[in-house]
Amino acid sequence: MHVHKYERWWLTFGVAMLIVFLGVIVFAAIADNINPPTGMTQIDPTKVAQTPPFDKPGLRKLPDGSYEAYYVAQVFSFAPASVTIPIGSKVTFFVTSPDVVHGFFIPDTDINMMAVPGWVNTDSHTFTRAGEYLLICHEYCGIGHQNMFAKIEVR
Amino acid sequence: MERMLERSMPQQVRNENYLVIAHIYTATAAIALGAVFGVFQGFSRAGALNAPVWFDYYRILTMHGVLMALVFTTFFITGLSLFVTYRSIPRPRKLALAWFGWWLMLAGTAMAAVTIVMGDATVLYTFYAPLKASPWFYVGATLLVLGTWVVAFEIFENVYFFRKANSGKAVPLVVYCSAATFVMWIVATLGVVAEMGLLIPWAFGWTPGINVMLTRMFFWYFGHPLVYFWIMGAYIIWYNIIPTRYGGNVFSDGLVRLTFIMLILLSTPVGIHHQFMEPGISPMWKMLHTITTYGVAIPSFITAFAIFASFELYAIKQGRRGFIGTVKALPWNDPTFSGAALGMLLFILGGFGGLVNASYSMDTVVHNTIWIVGHFHVTVGGPVALTFLGAAYWLIPRLTGRALWKPDWALFQTRLWFFGMLIMSISMHYAGLLGAPRRTANVDYLGAAAAQTWQPYMLLAAVGGLFLFLSIAIFVAVAVGTLVQNQKTEPFAADFATPASAADTTPPLLQHLFRWGVVALGLAVLAYAGPLGELLRHPGYLAPGMRTW
Repeated sequence: MHVHKYERWWLTFGVAMLIVFLGVIVFAAIADNINPPTGMTQIDPTKVAQTPPFDKPGLRKLPDGSYEAYYVAQVFSFAPASVTIPIGSKVTFFVTSPDVVHGFFIPDTDINMMAVPGWVNTDSHTFTRAGEYLLICHEYCGIGHQNMFAKIEVR
Repeated sequence: MERMLERSMPQQVRNENYLVIAHIYTATAAIALGAVFGVFQGFSRAGALNAPVWFDYYRILTMHGVLMALVFTTFFITGLSLFVTYRSIPRPRKLALAWFGWWLMLAGTAMAAVTIVMGDATVLYTFYAPLKASPWFYVGATLLVLGTWVVAFEIFENVYFFRKANSGKAVPLVVYCSAATFVMWIVATLGVVAEMGLLIPWAFGWTPGINVMLTRMFFWYFGHPLVYFWIMGAYIIWYNIIPTRYGGNVFSDGLVRLTFIMLILLSTPVGIHHQFMEPGISPMWKMLHTITTYGVAIPSFITAFAIFASFELYAIKQGRRGFIGTVKALPWNDPTFSGAALGMLLFILGGFGGLVNASYSMDTVVHNTIWIVGHFHVTVGGPVALTFLGAAYWLIPRLTGRALWKPDWALFQTRLWFFGMLIMSISMHYAGLLGAPRRTANVDYLGAAAAQTWQPYMLLAAVGGLFLFLSIAIFVAVAVGTLVQNQKTEPFAADFATPASAADTTPPLLQHLFRWGVVALGLAVLAYAGPLGELLRHPGYLAPGMRTW
């Protein structure tokens, strides 16, 4: 099997490009801790309403000034439906679902997660810009999916 | 039916052609129906139309996805693969088993379609548990897959026959490509069959609940190689049929075979790149599948080079030089060439977008936004569908012995599809970057300010979708018109491209497809042992599931 000289150059260029891309991603993951959300905590999906802290979904302020936000994503709403966050705060979101798979997506931020029954997913974001953010379900969850959203007010 | 095929066609060819016609026209019916649902969906989402209560947006979306992604593509690839195998290995053969495969595929499709139309399976084409559809939806989907296994067996049997009859000589390239596609498909569909093993008893109510993450992992074990099944179908055409449209050659026989083996090996161990945003899978496994996904870009790099090299070699033979010379030398007015070549242009967008999606943390920006929908419309909807439509214009005359009805319409159809897809896909990509979600009936969110920037692009996407719908209407007219209308005869022989150099022989190592299939299975096991073991080590709460539509 003969491989043409130009083809060897082209493949070398292509593979080098892939290695550079990969290098950037690995560097970002290790040096800057930029990773996709990965919650490894489990929860019984049939007992979400009785399991703390999801029995009282909402915002909690931590001693260091940052926040934790516990959300229940369910057909077809989020609890809490609306929260207000002081500008500049770091918020760690925790989300689970008692019924089907939902999405947990805040456009214009890095928050993009799947809420899977049986698991708690988590990621954090620092809100540096004031305004009203939408929190939307971006995974089809049933007939009222398009009505499933909540508000996050940053000021 | 007798009158449809040219009289001088030998009985054996005629019998085989009926079977292939059954596959190709089932695919045609699927894309025709799918396009009706598609255009409605586009305008409904843009807020210009309202889906009727008795057939809501999500039922339309389920029909569109299932018909286009699962039915059209599968029937086209099975039909094409049977055709190239039968033409390349002529021999007296019984077709009972192959017909059984088609009937199984059709019965499965019909069963699933009825449950969707009845509103018992509004679960979209990914049927994510614990959305709980009618059990017959899952049974139907399983039958469709089992039917493709019968077709695969038919192709493998012919490969086996050829090698035995020719004392181990390498099978013709086009048959090799088709067989490789089905070797990959068998490895991949093991995942969806395993998932069905969980879903069917649960949907019948025999098991109390379902491990949601396990079903998702099984689904994406299958879901990504499904994409490569489509792409390999297009590559069969690009490598073996397209050069015959301009009198060119395969750039290198060995490299094509290497490309297909790489696709067998690397298509499956990559599925977790669809699950980056999910809980329960460690970042380590997400990174591993990022790396393997990058690997599967390499056979596409080889293909890009080989196809354009074949173009240029031909142009040089015609005494033309350089980029412009090459472009001018190509038969842009041939509908088959036009479909494939315009599809290749769309794939440049699709390929680079795909690398973004597969890039681990970068997927956070685009996951489940309408960017993803834009992406797969310039992959499966661009290079794959447009290549198939173009190839149908090559296939149908060879199946019927009739000249194509209105070839100028056919040419216009491919161009209309290209522009429609560009408009729709670019709008979707951009709206996705702005944050518009996919799979959502409308994205107005009661007039929320953040959602306002998305609306104009939804409308633009719908306009692109209208072009696509019109394009399909023309395709159906030409495909059906050729069957019923034309009396002019055409030769029904099929030529496939040969290597540029006669000295170009196949290394023995590349000939043993089935052994590479076993290696592929081994790689898949390696790539999934970690994440699957991790899931199974967790207690695995079962979700009872529900119907939320």
